[in-house]
This record gives sequence, C-alpha cells and structure tokens, in this order.
Amino acid sequence: MVPKDLRYTKDHEWVKIDGDVATIGVTDYAANQLGDVVFVDLPAVGKTVDQFATFGVVESVKAVSDLYAPVAGEITDVNTELGAKPELVNSDPFGEGWMIRVKVADADQLAGLLDAAGYEQLTAEG
Amino acid sequence: MAYGPHTPADRQRMLSALGMTSVDELFADIPESLRSSPLRLDPPEPEQSLMARLGGLAARNRVDLASFLGAGAYRHFSPPMVDQILLRGEWYTAYTPYQPEVSQGTLQSIYEYESLIAELVGLDVVSASHYDGAAATAEAALMTCRATGRGRVLVSRAVHPHYRQVLRTYVDGAGLDVDEIPLVVAGPAGGTTDLEELARMLADADHPVAGVILAQPSFYGLLEPMAQASRRSHDAGALFVAVVEPVSLAVLAPPGGYGADIAAGEGQSLGIPPQYGGPYLGILACTEPLLRQLPGRLVGMTTDVDGKRAYVMTLQAREQHIRREKAASNICTNQTLLALAASVWLAALGPHGLRDVAAMGAAKAAELEAALAAIGVPRVHAGAYLNEFAIRVPNAAAVHRELLSRGVLAGLVVAEVVPDEPSLGDALLVCTTEITTSDEIIAFARELAGVVATLAAGVPAAEAVGAPA
Amino acid sequence: MSASGPRLQPSLFELSRPGRRQDKVPHPPADALDRIPGEHRRAGPAGLPEVNEPEAVRHFVNLSQLNHAIDTGFYPLGSCTMKWNPKVNEWAARLPGFAQLHPLVPDAVAQGTLQLLWELEQILIEISGMPAVTLQPAAGAHGELTGILMVREYHESRGDMNRTDVLVPDSAHGTNPATATMAGLRTVSIKAAKDGGIDLDAFRAALGPQTAAVMITNPSTMGLFESRIGDLVEAVHAVGALAYMDGANLNAILGRFKPGEAGFDVMHINTHKTFSTPHGGGGPGAGPVAVGEKLEPFLPAPRVLREPDGTFRLERVGERPTSIGRMRSFVGSTGVLVRAYAYLRTHGASGLAEITDDAVLAANYLKDRLADSGAYDIPFPGVCKHEFIASAMSIKKSTGVRTLDIAKRLLDHGFHAPTVYFPLTVDEAMLIEPTETESIETLDAFADALIEIAREAASDPETVKGAPHSAPVRRLDEAGAARNPNLRWRVAAGDWTPCPD
Repeated sequence: MVPKDLRYTKDHEWVKIDGDVATIGVTDYAANQLGDVVFVDLPAVGKTVDQFATFGVVESVKAVSDLYAPVAGEITDVNTELGAKPELVNSDPFGEGWMIRVKVADADQLAGLLDAAGYEQLTAEG
Repeated sequence: MAYGPHTPADRQRMLSALGMTSVDELFADIPESLRSSPLRLDPPEPEQSLMARLGGLAARNRVDLASFLGAGAYRHFSPPMVDQILLRGEWYTAYTPYQPEVSQGTLQSIYEYESLIAELVGLDVVSASHYDGAAATAEAALMTCRATGRGRVLVSRAVHPHYRQVLRTYVDGAGLDVDEIPLVVAGPAGGTTDLEELARMLADADHPVAGVILAQPSFYGLLEPMAQASRRSHDAGALFVAVVEPVSLAVLAPPGGYGADIAAGEGQSLGIPPQYGGPYLGILACTEPLLRQLPGRLVGMTTDVDGKRAYVMTLQAREQHIRREKAASNICTNQTLLALAASVWLAALGPHGLRDVAAMGAAKAAELEAALAAIGVPRVHAGAYLNEFAIRVPNAAAVHRELLSRGVLAGLVVAEVVPDEPSLGDALLVCTTEITTSDEIIAFARELAGVVATLAAGVPAAEAVGAPA
Repeated sequence: MSASGPRLQPSLFELSRPGRRQDKVPHPPADALDRIPGEHRRAGPAGLPEVNEPEAVRHFVNLSQLNHAIDTGFYPLGSCTMKWNPKVNEWAARLPGFAQLHPLVPDAVAQGTLQLLWELEQILIEISGMPAVTLQPAAGAHGELTGILMVREYHESRGDMNRTDVLVPDSAHGTNPATATMAGLRTVSIKAAKDGGIDLDAFRAALGPQTAAVMITNPSTMGLFESRIGDLVEAVHAVGALAYMDGANLNAILGRFKPGEAGFDVMHINTHKTFSTPHGGGGPGAGPVAVGEKLEPFLPAPRVLREPDGTFRLERVGERPTSIGRMRSFVGSTGVLVRAYAYLRTHGASGLAEITDDAVLAANYLKDRLADSGAYDIPFPGVCKHEFIASAMSIKKSTGVRTLDIAKRLLDHGFHAPTVYFPLTVDEAMLIEPTETESIETLDAFADALIEIAREAASDPETVKGAPHSAPVRRLDEAGAARNPNLRWRVAAGDWTPCPD
C-alpha cells in the first residue's frame, strides 16, 4: 500500500503537500521497475517547471527514465544527498529518496492527480 | 559450403523434425511479388585459388617505396609479439562483453587501454574508443554543445581536412554551426592558428561558442599555441578540445597539462598498420565533470559476489540501447581489437621505447630538413615541428609523380587534399618516423634535386593527370 | 587453456617494475628533442607500465583465456549473427600489399586495393538489388547515420524542408531512433500488429508530408519476415518519403529477397554479421550502405571509380558536390572489407544461398525443439527466419526465475547466452540465432541445456538464480560500478623510472 497522504502521477511520481511547498519523488513501484538506481540528474534551485514537464532523469544500471513534475512551480530545494547515495531512491523512495521541492504555483493542479487508491489501481493493472 | 557443417543427412533430419520435405517451405511466407531474382555472382572459389588471386591483387599495390607520407596515418615499427597476440581467436572472435562473467579478458583489456590513454593524454576519463580520429573529433564537438547548451563550434584550419569535413557532416546533421579559424599567414608563427582571429570569433556575443578545436601537432606538423588557445576559450565560456597524435604525447605536453577539457585523436599510430584507411582507432577522453556527456562504451572496475576484482561495461544508461532517441550518440560498437592492439604495442615498447620512437622520428625529421635545405628546398613555415613539415616545391604534383616513378613517395601533395589553402598551393607535406632510414633521406634529396633541375631546365612536366579539378 | 584453467590476472600496471624494459627500437641521438621549445615539452614521462616481453605476452595470453569466443564455443546471439570467422580472411588482410598501404598514396600504386573495393561494391549491388554502394562507414550504426543523412539531403535538395519524422516499429534496435536524433529528426514509434509484424494501418495513419523515412528491419527483430513490406514501401513512396532497410538480418534473405527489388531506397549492411568479419570483442566492424537511384548523388565522398581503360581511382576532392561529404577519415575500414571480400568470393552465388537456407533451417529446428519441450513460451510459433524469440514469462510466474538467470546458467553449460531483453516488446525475451555454421550436435546440446535449466528452475531455483557458478568470475556489482565509477588505473608518482633525457 502506498502512503495515503500523498498524491500520484500516472508516471509514478508522488507529491506531498505542506502549505504551498510540494515535495516530489518517485514511488516504490518505479524504483522496482528501474532496479538499482545509480544516478539522479536533478535541476538547479531557482528553475521553474511546468506541470507534467520533465524536471530530471533517473538512471539505473539497465534503464533510464525521465522525471515529470506533478505540479508547476519554482524549485526551492534539491536533495543533494542523492549525489553520493542514489540508492536512497530504492531503499526509501517516499522518505529520504525525495528529489525536489517546489513552491506550488497553482493549488488547483493537485485535483488532476491520482489519490492513493487511484494509484494502487493503476499499478495493479500494470 | 565452405564453413557450414550440415551434411545432406543433417538437413534431412532437421526437415523431418519440422515435418517438411524442402527448405523452400520455410520461405513460403515471402509473398510471390517480393521473391528475388537469383544471385548473379561468380561461383564459389576454393581457398587455394582465392589465396592465389588475393596475393595477385595485393601485389598490384606498391608498399616498397621510400615513403615520407604521413598526413594522419603513420608507419611505425610493430614488434612481432603484437600481431601474434592479436591472432589468438579468444581475442578476435570474441563478441562484445555483454556477459561480463565470460568476457573478463576483453573487459580488462579495454580498462587497461583506457588507463594507458589516460596516462598519455593526462585526462581522467577515456572512452573505449570510436571509429577513427575524425569521428572522435566530431563527437567531441557535439559534446561541447551538449555540455554548454551553445550551438557553435570553432575548428582551426590546421586540423586535418578530413576531420574538418566529418565534423561538418556531423554538426550539420545536428543543426549546429561550425566556423573555421584562419591561420597566421606569414612570419615566425606562419601556418599556426591565428589567436587574434580566434579571440575575435569568441567575442561574438550573438553567437556564443561551445567548443574550440585545435590539433597538436597540427596537420601541417607545426606545434600550436595550445595553452593560450585553451585560456582564451575558457575566458569566453567555451570548452577546449585538443586533437592529438598519441605517439607524440610521449614527448609533448599532454592536453591535461594545458587545460583541455576533451582530447580526441587517431590511435592508428600506436602500432596499427595503415591498411589503406582503416579500421583505425578513435581516441576520446575528457575531464571528470564531462563524464556523463561522453558517448561510447566505458569499462569500469568492480567486484563480483565473491569479492573478486572484475571489470564490466558501465554507465550504459548513456548508450543507444537504453536511451534510444535520447542517446548522446548512436554508436553501438567500438574498436576493441584495435584498442587491444594499441595496448599490447604500448606494453611492448614501454614508456622509454615510446619516447625513443617519438624522438627518433624527430631526429630523422631534422636530418630530412637539413638534406632538403642543402638542395635548396626549404620548409614553408618557420615554427617548431616534431616529425612532419611542409616544403615549398613548385609544380608539386608533377614533382611528386616524377619522384614516385623513381621509387620515392614524397609525402602528400597538399593542394590535392586541401585545395582551398592558397599559401600551400605548391607544397609537399613530408614526414619521418623511426623507420625512416638515412639512405632513404639521401635518396629523396638526390632524386628531388634531379627532378627540380630537370623541370628548371625546361623539360615539360608530365601531363597533369590527377590534378585538382 | 592453461593446465589449471583460466586465471584472473593483475593489471598490466601491477606487472610494471621501474627499470624493466625491452629494447625494441634503436636509441635516438641524445639531442633529438633539443629543438622542441620547452613550453611544448612533456614535463615527465607518461606513466606507462614497464614490462618485459615474457611478462607482457603471458599477461595477454592469460587474459585471452578468460574469454568466450567463437573459436571456443557457440554464441546463439539473436541479431548478432555470430557465424564462423574464417582463417583465410585473417591471412588476406595481413598480406603486406594490403596492410602496409597508406591511404593517401596515389591511385596508381593502389590498384590492387581499389580493384578489390570496386569488386566488393559490385557484389553488394547484386545482393542488395540496389544500383550503388558506399564502403565508407565504419560500423552498422555509422551506416545508419550515413543513410539517414542522405535521406535528409535528398529531401532538402528538392526544397522539401519539412520532413522531420522517421517512423520505426516499436521493436526496432536502439540505434535506429538514436540515428534519427543525430540527424536532427524526430522518431515516431509504431506499435506492432498482434502477429508481431508491422501494423500497416498504424503506419499509414502516421505517414504524411512530414515523414522523411521509415526504418524497417526485415526480417523483423523478432525473426519474422515482414510479408506486408511491399504495401508499406508503396505507402511510404506515396507520401514522398523514403524506405530505409536496416540490414542487420541480411543472413536470413540472401538469394531470397533483394531489398532494392522490393522498392527500398537505402540499406546498411553489417559485414561483422552477415559477412563473417570478426567482432574483435566489440569492433572493428564495417557498415557499407547500398542506395537506389534517388540517393546515389548523395553518397559520401570519395567513391571508387572504374575508368574506361580498366584502371581504378578515387574521386577527387570536390568532384561530386552533391555528396553529403565525409563520414570518416580516408576511404573506409579497408582491412575489414578485405575480409568481407574474401568471404563473399569464397561462397559465390550458390554458397550465399546455402548460407541463408541453412541459417533458417537451423533456427526453425531449434525453435521447434524448444516448442515441443514445452519448457519455454514461444510467442511466435510459426515459421521463423534466421532467429526466433523464446520467453521465460511462464517460468518467471511459476518459479521466480527470470531470463537473466537462465542466461547466466547457460554460461555454466559452456554456451554464451542468447540476446536477452531484446526486443523490448516481449517480456523476458531471449532472441536466439544459431547461424548456419553450428553443427546439429551443437544445436541439440544447446536445446538440451535450455530444457534442463527450465527443469532446474522448478526444482532448484536458487542454483539458477545464483548462476554462473563455474565462470572465471560470478555475478558482478554493476550498480556499484555505475555509482562509483572506477574507469582507469591510478599510477602513483615514482612508479616508473625517469627517461635518460
């Protein structure tokens, strides 16, 4: 079961909302599909990103995946721990494996995302 | 059939297992309209006859001339141990090391090649090789654009003309711009890259430069102001690419020493025979920060589950089979066997032997320069060179042809390969290596003196067959 | 193999000892480098290993014994065509007349090689059914880029500047989309039809005035002949686009199908697949490209020309301005092409047809042996061409053992694994291509091994998952290799003797 307090995209990103700050990462399903993550290519702080635009790339030994922003906004924080420890994405995808924080530009965008049940259904079908 | 093991009985057995009587049944899925006409080719040739005919073809090439031809492909001595190792079937009939557990030989040899080249060029990251020096240079140019986000590359006109042409083909393909940096026309720095022009081109704020490319030594054999060019490039926010000749790196300052971000070059001179153009060995190396922009294969060291040291292709997520349309390059192969050849050659010579090869080439070149000056044929340029230089010879193409008939391959008629460099309209590019003998140098000078005198005496030059259009 | 079996080796650098040297070349005069200005001189010698001949040779011989190779055993690698590498080819390429020829010599002294190259072009013209060939590209992927750049140039020369798309089936090899990108074009991937072949309707829907080309592999990467290919090529031409054939699977169609006759405009050939030039551990190869009339003016320069008097020459610089230019330095990977020429002359018309017949027969025989055993899923059980797909999906569902594990366990049986996880469109795929040069005994032994591993997956999955057990090394930490790359040996200062300078 994925955390109920998060929202999800169909591309397997999760987003946690705290006021107008959105913390974003990829789900355990994505991490499993990728295998051992070896590198995460993250943007610079201060960059703005549109909803569902790519904000980075996650690489494993045998695969590579674009990362899509669940919500639009300015990037306020980037998880620099992932530079030395990309494996955090596998070991703790919803916690220490977080990737970026974004100042939410438009709170209405959240409504278009999946809730935990919706995401569970998506991955069950997968 | 030559190498197929199947007897008629074998084929029968396989067909019966399939419930078929004729192999044609296996091709019934090809629609009538698409079935081809039969192959109209000669019948099979038994090995004995084939060998006789190939020997005859090879004999129609002349490889016995006193050769002073370099221009991007260099003859060096290769100790017999090198080819005897390369003839081991475990090396040349092995496949790409996708199953590393049964490919440690190939993988370790590539790692060692990467390490040897890293030592020579003074840069930390070396790819497992590219098709040739020209492709490596083109890939380097594309790297500078990816890394800086800029779309313009500058290349010196003293870089090999083939490399500049290939660069243009690749860069045009990618929708980027390439401009050529002119050469200093006269004076002590004549023939080298014009640093003032470079500065002017870098200062164009509307067209920021991603990368600047110079060769060391240049195509004309001259030593270029690499450190200064590197500095100016960096000041303008551009990356600096050095195109290098690896044997010369035994004695010349390496790219890492003068701040190059990327080094590209041709590894053929590392004991690989000229073979009329290939296969050759494209060297590509870069600094650590550019690692993820580097195209091509990389082999790294790791351990297996038992903790044994082992080698594996790594960072494959950069490559085409994973990135597909987002890959930095479509490159699928590298030149592994040639990287091995280079490694074995470098192991055979060692650092002192390599230095001796480079230094002997330089010594022979000075001998050649003196012998030619003594008959009144000076160098075109004044600057320092290692083992290759241009000489001014009126009617260069006719002279070259005449010398050929006297057994001397007098280097390259520059105008035939670089028709748009007017300052070198009547020049030969000549080269010596450690296998050039003093006798050959004496013969070259003697024959050249004879030919020049004959032409000066008004005897008409041979018809201009093969002159540039 | 040495008496005690293949042994791991220290690095060449670890064999180095200061002062250990070989006297391979004479010493130059002491003042040889005095005229080189100081700012251009290397400060200290390069940190290359100092080893002697016995140490060096043992190192490379012992390393070689760690490799699987065609000369040691079977490689059922789909899409790679791992056929026998003939020994006469190595002899031919090493003839001094070929090997020592400098690429810039005057044509008059290169007539033997120029004739060989020209004759090779004629043979490839006949095989492809197309009127012209370039031998310049250094590899298949290089040939692809050459072909697509010519396609782009063709459209632009007709003022058609909006041809931005390349259509490929979703089973395409990764080089196809990567090539399109390098040529500044967009890749559009078209899903296959249910029978694994191209979906003609989907292609027709995607084709339009923005299409530069379609890139098709035939037979497909699933080993199936694309019977709808004629209709596709027609549809492609109808919108003014060109048809590119990826010739990787040429081994399946020699003498049976000529792409030029079917309307293809361009095709690359992998000499290291179909024409036996050795893989060398990953290269060198060569990628000649055959073209139809539309693209002939754009071929890379210089072409090899035959004069009316029967002599041969290279095109001069600037002689054919319509050319896309150069793809590489000099003429081509001639050493590789000499080997391909020897191979093609050895076989002749009947030999080449026999190659295809035997390759296809062997693949179907092997497929049926596996299908009959029930041990693997065979997604396309009908007649295949030179290769076929087996899948471990059912094995994975019931035992947890995956294709990766089966591949590693095959190594313990002395076979190289087949191509795995390609094409991407089939789960747990193994693409198996026996080629025409493997005996029926080898084919049977390979089938037996696969069937035994499938049984072992059910009875003793841990052994399969832990394979290989008898290779020189076992499974590698690939994640660690990528996370903390160690890409070169670090030489400490003082590890070598200074040069007597």
